[in-house]
Order: sequence, then structure tokens, then C-alpha cells
Amino acid sequence: MRLRAEKRIDAGAWTTFVSTVLSVLLAFTVGGVFLYLQGVSPFEAYFTILKSAFGSGYDLSETAVKALPLAIVSLAVMLCFTMLVWNIGAEGQALVGALAAAAMVRYFPLESKPAMLSLMAAAAIAAGGVWAGIAGLLKAKWNVNEIITTLMMNYIGMRLLEYFVYGPWRDPSSLGFPMTARFIDSARLPSLWGTRIHMGIYALLLLTVVMEVLLKRTRFGYEIRVMGDNAQAARYAGMNYVKRIVGVMFLSGAIAGFAGMCEVSGLQGRLQSGFSAHYGYTAIIVAWLSHLKPSLSLIIAFLMGALLVGGEALQIGMGLPVASASILQGLILFFVLGGEFFKNYRIRLDFEPRGHTRRPRGDI
Amino acid sequence: MVGLKFRGGGDVLPLVEMRGVTKRFSGVTANDDVNFSVEAGEVHALLGENGAGKSTLMNILYGLYRPDRGHIFVGGQERAFLSPRDAIACGIGMVHQHFMLVQTHTVWENMILGVRETPFILPRKKIQDRIAQISEQYGLQIDPTAAVWQLSTGEQQRVALLQMLYRNAKVLILDEPTAVLTPQESARLFQTIRRMTREGHGVVFISHKLKEVMSEANRVTVLRGGQNAGTVATARTTEEALAEMMVGRKRALDVERKPVSPGESVLEADDIHVLGDRGLETIAGLSLDLRSREILGIAGVAGNGQRELCEALSGLRPLVSGRIIVNGKRMDGAQPRKFIDERVHYIPSDRKGTGMASGMDIVGNSILKKYWSKPVARGAFIDWNSSADYAEDIVENFGVSVPSLSTPVRNLSGGNLQKLLMGRELSDSPKTVIVMHPTWGLDVSATRYVRNQLLARREGGAAILLVSEDLDELLALSDRLAVIFKGKFMGVLDDPSSVPIEEIGLMMAGGQGGSRAASAGDDARADKGASS
Repeated sequence: MRLRAEKRIDAGAWTTFVSTVLSVLLAFTVGGVFLYLQGVSPFEAYFTILKSAFGSGYDLSETAVKALPLAIVSLAVMLCFTMLVWNIGAEGQALVGALAAAAMVRYFPLESKPAMLSLMAAAAIAAGGVWAGIAGLLKAKWNVNEIITTLMMNYIGMRLLEYFVYGPWRDPSSLGFPMTARFIDSARLPSLWGTRIHMGIYALLLLTVVMEVLLKRTRFGYEIRVMGDNAQAARYAGMNYVKRIVGVMFLSGAIAGFAGMCEVSGLQGRLQSGFSAHYGYTAIIVAWLSHLKPSLSLIIAFLMGALLVGGEALQIGMGLPVASASILQGLILFFVLGGEFFKNYRIRLDFEPRGHTRRPRGDI
Repeated sequence: MVGLKFRGGGDVLPLVEMRGVTKRFSGVTANDDVNFSVEAGEVHALLGENGAGKSTLMNILYGLYRPDRGHIFVGGQERAFLSPRDAIACGIGMVHQHFMLVQTHTVWENMILGVRETPFILPRKKIQDRIAQISEQYGLQIDPTAAVWQLSTGEQQRVALLQMLYRNAKVLILDEPTAVLTPQESARLFQTIRRMTREGHGVVFISHKLKEVMSEANRVTVLRGGQNAGTVATARTTEEALAEMMVGRKRALDVERKPVSPGESVLEADDIHVLGDRGLETIAGLSLDLRSREILGIAGVAGNGQRELCEALSGLRPLVSGRIIVNGKRMDGAQPRKFIDERVHYIPSDRKGTGMASGMDIVGNSILKKYWSKPVARGAFIDWNSSADYAEDIVENFGVSVPSLSTPVRNLSGGNLQKLLMGRELSDSPKTVIVMHPTWGLDVSATRYVRNQLLARREGGAAILLVSEDLDELLALSDRLAVIFKGKFMGVLDDPSSVPIEEIGLMMAGGQGGSRAASAGDDARADKGASS
């Protein structure tokens, strides 16, 4: 007997639904066992997660605050992934975006809010775009693996940021914390509805629509979809892969850089070390789970935000260590991503014995 | 040794025997009631055109496919192979064209790949001793500690052979082993093969190089259209006879080629040199002149530069030197898009790999060469409504049967896929059509349809370059026929159907065109004075 995985031609809507529900249920079951072993009631823990993420208007708004950068960055990586270019450097691109925005605040402070914010956005977009564009250029010119370059650029971005917040830009009154002084008022994205949600959410909604249109309705989007499906067919149709790669990387980095600026200008109000909380990596998962569909990524990012908020609540409310919350998050992702496999493959059991000898038939 | 003594004895038991093997792939019969056997001490060549079923037959023997009908006997006992592991256990080994080696591992580590009895902690010394012993015995010198990626193609092939011998393979199947080798490496391989047969192994040698087959094999089995066209001893046959067995004389296909007189020259290549994927010169100084209202057929054994020629003529492969002129414009060095704009339409043989983005739907694939021009493009946007109309027209006019226009192309059958591809390329009254193996894998009705479409474009004024390995197809469709061999034309026949098929076969094997070849040599220029 053998287990075999057979590729499904097309997963129906029903299969997709059942496998998603099943994998989420399974994730919570296994997570429950884990929580039980920690001496915590799983039901109570899950209730805490749900309550903390969705329990009140305030909780919902906090979930949205977490989801916002995730959603923007997932749009950024989605663009690259559609073309099968693996930009995993959104983290670094967001960091340098934020860094560039902070530089504007420090060196070119403006009175007018629209002017200041536009300047910051332009700087962040340019910095993120160039940061990713370097990897794109290396790939286009010398076929340097973009996974490596974008990943390495993350560390460079991280260290660069640390240099400034520990060094020349450190706020003297910060009592030694690695952070800049608070931004001037004109450099703050206004908050909305009395919550911590800021105006970046409008930008997100607009970007989502733009990305939907870009991918589905424009020649540019069509080209990168063909390239992602079959690069050879793209060449055969006269598309210029090398030229596109640089453009797509730049655009992707630009969006990530903008997300970084939103985070510091809208939420934190200053630049500090480790502000991004690894959104650049988590957004990759968001992009995959939403099947590279921009509008779907809004929902997935929100659920991912809930998981992040819930994890924090577990730490605070139930006294679980940080690692436990992360393990729970990891388990849920593991099962949901694993469920994707069963959507695309059917598992078969072969019962036929192997290598047996048969008696020759009568035609001898 | 034993094998040698009994060879030709008649009633000796073959090492392996396949009887009545039939294999179908979704409607296409790849093997039809084929008998095949290998005796100890012989080299048995398996000859046939692409798609004749050679690889399928051997993949069945190696346990990769299971036959729909038929029996396999090893040493007189019937066996059923569910996987290569079963075949290996019966002493059958195969060396594929693309070696199944782990590139980052060393030679000795590759030996134990898939060997079940290997202990958990690798007995490195024992393995290396065994390698040394086999190397000595068969003349397969190799450094067992070298990593595979460091080795040349010829050396890697030696490792693959060694791997099979390490697993005690009695029967070795070599799938076109010389296709990737230099002449020197080939000579060395043949020495090894002779040593193996002397040691009592049976060797199956898949090839379509007639010369090699004649000089190295004891027996030849020719497959044609999935059937065994005959098994003969090489001592009792000739290259010409084998060529004829290979291409055969199938029943005429009922397509009607109306006499039309060719028009002006639309595509001209002048002494072009082109490199293949492996960086070797694959087109070596070839010239041709393609005129409107004619089909120029290119005959030749696979791998003589056909694909590279088509790619060069459609801008996909850069020229090393030479000139290409399309519609009177110099096009050497131009990007593929320029060729498309000059309405040069290339229909590749690799339909899914090159011609289609198979995860996208029919509409998306229909506009692949349209998306930048009106009405499909509207500025930077794509008008999906007019795209759908365009796709609808193709589907209707070319009889593509599809569930809906939003079906992903990968779900189409081979015939429908080819109809869609042909439809896309032939829809906008193309000026030049370059088409490779247009009827590969198609059933009879689809084949006739595709051929008629090509003839219709010819009458409509298109210039068509047709590459095929199906000589009947070439003879039925071509106004002129060029035979390609090692990247050059061996001759161009102005009235191909009047030339005996043996003569074409001989040219395909590298012989110069005979008396009837109108312009023997490496030049396919039409005599411009004679054609008006």
C-alpha cells in the first residue's frame, strides 16, 4: 500500500470551502491541546482571542491598526509574486521608507500638513522603490537571485535605521531609548474616529482598487500575469521580461516604503528601532493566503491582525509567555497553509501489491 | 560470455521480452501491439521518428508507465512493474537523456540513490571499492569523490551508467545517449557499450542517427506510429532501407494542394549562424528565401537545428552572424516584437511550454500577440469585451471546442490547444508563418484540419515555412522541400513528390542530394529568374 498525492486539475468551490474550514478547525484543535498542556483552558484562551480582537469597537479598531500595514505591504509583495519574482525584502523597503520620511521631517520641516506629508510620502516611495529596484536591477542585468538580494537588503536597512536612531537622530530626552524626537504636528497623519486608525486606511483602500485595476485591466498587469504564468510564452509574445522586472520591483518597493511611512507618521509619531514588528514577513503570508487577490487581502490582513492582537491578549490576560502566543499563531498558519495543499492535491491509496509475478497467460 | 556463445542460436531465452505491448494516452496510441526483446550480449537499437513511441516503450520496460495491454518477461518469467524500483530489481536499468543524478552530491553518493539495502551509516569505503571494481571492469574511469556538477556531460553520463551497473543491471536502456555528446565522447561510450555486451549485458540503444545504429547495433527495431515496423539484423540491412522503414509510406491524406504560383520574397535569411542552448553552433551558415504563396518544407532528423532555425527566424534567438530580411527590412538583431509587427507568426511545437500561458484562460491567451494594438488595447488598458469577442471569433472559426472562454488553457486537449494556437496565429492574415510539427499528437481529423488551414493561408498569400519530421506531411504540403542536417541544408528539392523517398532519407542521414535535387548544396534560394 502506498500513499500518493495526485494533482487536482481544478479545485471546486466546495473543496476550497471544506478544506479551509477543516484546516482552521484542525488548527484550533491542535492549538487547544497545546494550550491545555500549558495549563490553560483552551476555550477560555480562544474566547480571549476573539474578545480582544473583535469584542468592542475599540478592539476592532486595534485589530484594524495592526492589519493596516500588513494589508499595504501584502499589496506590495503581491505585485512581485504575480510575476513570480520573489521580493521578500518588503521589511527592509518599509524600513528605509520610514527612514526617508523621518529624514524629511528632520531636515525639511514644513508648516503645512499637506506639503509635509506629501514630501514624506514622496521620499518614502522613492527610498523603498530604489531599495527594491537595486535587487531588480541586479536580477535583470546579471540574473542575481532576488530572494537573496532582497533578504540581505533587509539587514542593511535594519542596521541603517539602527544607526540613525541610536546615533545622530537619537532624541536627547529619550533617556537612552533608540528613538527620534516626536515628529512635528504637520508630519502626523491624522487619526480617525477617535481611534488609533489613521488616514493611511484611505490610502490602503485606494491602493487596493488601483491594484485590482492594474492587475486585471491594464496591459502592464496582463504582461506581468503572463510572465508569471509562463516566462517563455511572454518572451515569445515579445514582452521584455528584463525591463519589466525592474519596474515591478520598484513599484513593489515603493508601496512597501509608503507603508513604512504610514506606520511612523500615522501610528508611532517618531522613528524607533523595531517599529515594524516584522510586518514585511507576515505580509508575505497574507499575500499567499489571499491567492494574490488584492481585495481578498484586506480580509486576510484583518484576520491576521486579529491573531496578532489576540496573541498579545493571551500574554497579558492569561499570563502565557510570548513564545506560547507565537506558537499558537504558528500552528494556525501551519494548518491553514497545509490546507492549501489538499486543495491542490488529492491523496490516493494504492492497494495493489508491487512487483508480483503473474503466471504467463495462455498466449504463450 | 554466455550470451556470446548462444547468440543467434534461435531458441535461446532473451534477457527481457515485451509482447503485444499497447499503451494509450488520452486517445493517442503511443504503442500498438509492440513486440521487443533483448538478448544477452547484443546491442539492440530502437529507431524511429519523434513520437513514434520509442521512449514510451522503454519507459514501460523501466516501470515508469504501465502498459494497457501486453506482457513483460524477464528471463522467461512474466513480471509486472509498478515503478522503476521493480524494474531495477529485475536487472533493468535506464539512462535517460537528462541524467537522474543529484548534482550537488559526489559520484559515490549518487551510486546508492534508491538502493534500499544501503545501511543507515554509509559504508563509504565499500562503495568506493565497488565503484573502482566496476570502473575497471567496464572502462568507466571516474573520480568517485568528485561532485556531479563538476563533471562534463560525458562524464555525468558515465556516472549514470555506473549507477545502473552498481545496481546490477543486466539490461541497460540508453535513451539517445549520443545526442548530448561530442564525437570523441561518443566513441568512448561505444567502447564501454562493447565491453558491456562482452560481459553479457544486453543494451537497448534509442537513437535516430542511422550511421550509429548501423555501426554499433546488432539488431534494429524500427517503430513507426507506435507500431513495430520490423526488427532486422544490421548486417542484413542498409541505411536507406532503415530510413524508409522509419518514415514509411502511410496512406495519402486527403488534402488538396491547388497549384498557385509563388509571389515575391517575404523572408530571406543569408548565411546565418546560430548557437543552440548549449552554446554550440547549431545553425551553421544557412540561407533561405521564402516567398508568398508557397510552403517551404524542412525535412530532417530531430535535433539538426530545426527549432533553432525557427527561433532565429522569429527573433527569439540571436544571430551570431548573417542577415535576416523580412518584407524588405533588415531584421537581424531585432526584438521578437518587431517580427510580430512584421506579421511573422511562429507556431512552436512546444505548445504549452512556449505558445501558451497555460494557467490563463482562453481569452487571455487569444490576445497574447494583440494586447498592445487596437481594439484589444485602449491606451494603457485592455478592453476585455473586445478581447472576448476576438477569442470568440478564433474559437468559432477554428472549431475549438471549449466549455467556456474562461476555461484555463491547460484544461484543453492537445487537439483543441493546437487549434487555438493555430487560430491565434493564423487569424490576422499573417504574411509569414513559421510552423513546427503542426500535427504532432493530433488525431486524424484534427491533422487534416490543421493541414487544410495551412494550405488555405498559402492560397491566401502567406509564406509558410513548415518544419516536420513526418515526410508524408511534408510531401503533401510543400511546394519546395529542403533537407536539414547539422544546421545546413543538404539540398532543396523543387518538386519533392517526384523524388524517391530513399533519396530524401539519404539526405536526412547526411548524404548530398542526388541527381534530382534541384539546387544541391547549402543554399535554398529559389532561382528568382525562373519564378515570376
